[in-house]
Amino acid sequence: MRQSDVKELIVNMGPQHPATHGVLRLVLELEGEVVKRCTPYIGYLHRGVEKLSEDLTYVQCLPLTDRLDYLSSMINNIGFCLAVEKLMGINIPKRAKFIRTLMGEMARICSHLVWLATHALDIGAMTVFLYTMRDREYLLELFEMVVGARLTVSYPRVGGVRCDINEEFLDKLYRFIEDFPNKIQQYETLIDRNRVWLKRTKGVGVITAEEAINWGLTGPPLRATGVYYDVRKFFPYDAYDEVEFEVPLGKNGDIYDRYKCRMQEMRQSARIIKQCIEKLPTGLVLAEDALRIRMPASPLKIDKKEIQFEVYIEDKKIEEFIQKFPEVYASVESPKGELGFYIVCDHSAKPYRMRVRAPSFVHIAVLPKLCEGFLVADVIANIGSIDIVLGECDR
Amino acid sequence: MKIEEGINKSLLEILKKIREKYSEEVLWFVCFRDECTVAVKKEKIRDILKYLKDTPSLEFDYLVDLTAVDYLGFREPRFDVVYYLMSIKHKHRIRIKAQVSEQECFIDTVSDIWATANWFERECFDMFGIKFKGHPDLRRILMPEDWIGYPLRKDYPVYSNLGEKEWQTYKELKESAKAWKENETE
Repeated sequence: MRQSDVKELIVNMGPQHPATHGVLRLVLELEGEVVKRCTPYIGYLHRGVEKLSEDLTYVQCLPLTDRLDYLSSMINNIGFCLAVEKLMGINIPKRAKFIRTLMGEMARICSHLVWLATHALDIGAMTVFLYTMRDREYLLELFEMVVGARLTVSYPRVGGVRCDINEEFLDKLYRFIEDFPNKIQQYETLIDRNRVWLKRTKGVGVITAEEAINWGLTGPPLRATGVYYDVRKFFPYDAYDEVEFEVPLGKNGDIYDRYKCRMQEMRQSARIIKQCIEKLPTGLVLAEDALRIRMPASPLKIDKKEIQFEVYIEDKKIEEFIQKFPEVYASVESPKGELGFYIVCDHSAKPYRMRVRAPSFVHIAVLPKLCEGFLVADVIANIGSIDIVLGECDR
Repeated sequence: MKIEEGINKSLLEILKKIREKYSEEVLWFVCFRDECTVAVKKEKIRDILKYLKDTPSLEFDYLVDLTAVDYLGFREPRFDVVYYLMSIKHKHRIRIKAQVSEQECFIDTVSDIWATANWFERECFDMFGIKFKGHPDLRRILMPEDWIGYPLRKDYPVYSNLGEKEWQTYKELKESAKAWKENETE
């Protein structure tokens, strides 16, 4: 075939495509099998969580956050609760901190298991799907035992957690966690030495450390490039400063390293859960000043001294304005990356503005960079490796 | 009022540096729950952010978040564009707020300083209608392309009775569904 016979072809991938993990639409400009340009279109799942939350009280906002990243709703809830607790200055009991840490890590394992299942399925390794789903099912049943819900849990509360956990739950969880590292080994034997898997992941979708920071990547995609950044270590919340764990790092920043990072992360999660069960203190699980369903009209009791400021312009009203709108940002390490909640409050029971800093949103933005110049098949591998959930991206 | 007690020393140093370098631009500082906010005028926002990124002792290399807040009826100018920066090396974070009025609803882009700002700015434009001068591809991102209005502004209603502001595609869909139903009953 002569050069002039090669025509550019535009392929519309999605929004209903199983390999896009939700409703992501990519428009690919192809030259042969090489992607020349890739343009993502998002927003198909936009429900306006940020706008809705301005019309709901802080307590009512909590179930909304479940629907962001529905694979690890527990961690979304924790993130929101942390932000409101920081705003209102609520200290939560120690037992609640440990329970949250434990549940958060369970959610992380669940999310990573779904990621592994779908990512391997996309690349063509079918078997591992069934194994991971079996183990995720066990964890979901444990969630159901405590909360009554499997996916959208709404278990943490502003000021602690909703209800206490019992011995039976801990027993079952401990038994599972004891055995879990062996199971990870099992998954690894299924794909780790598979030649197709290695060919399709090693050296594909490479991003350097500087670029990754510049693109705002967080979580495993950032750590796979060798940058040490984990919210759990940098700004410890809940009980993460009382348990020991390591942050697995990669080196090359390709799909294989992202995969390795997540596999190691699951091992560390198991380690954290084990320590949490062993160290679990007794006591209350909900603080005295926790928010109840019926909220007072102005729940915020901030001492004026807590808001410190210096004003350099001549404006009498500005002092009042600053005191009226205190603002906080709290972030958690979700399985996808840094999930942040930025809340501006006006002393009423409803947030004046709630902003969700969603890691999936940032990670989809980097897709063109990863895909352009590579083959169509690598697009699928790249989407799987950055682990996106469109519910969180579109909000 | 002076900021002093209980504030992280390194953050205080950063505030002093910004104040020295851009004494004309800085409007006020706020510290609340160990987070510091610097309110600035919008004209030199690029210079300020570039300075924060490139100065060796600051090195804010990671743009955590970029968003806007609408203070309709509480303050003039009405919008704040909020930049939340972090340095992975030094582990410090700072919030920069630039004021944007409704009449001059634009600000310089920072998408060439941090690549991640590209989509954040698009979202900001989509939700608040703030234009980013020099942005390479300023289109709507979450809402449909032909949507009218900016949903996160405070004068945009939460509940659906939008009347004339209703999305054109949805109006057409409703009408065709109505016509279809009438045909069926006949």
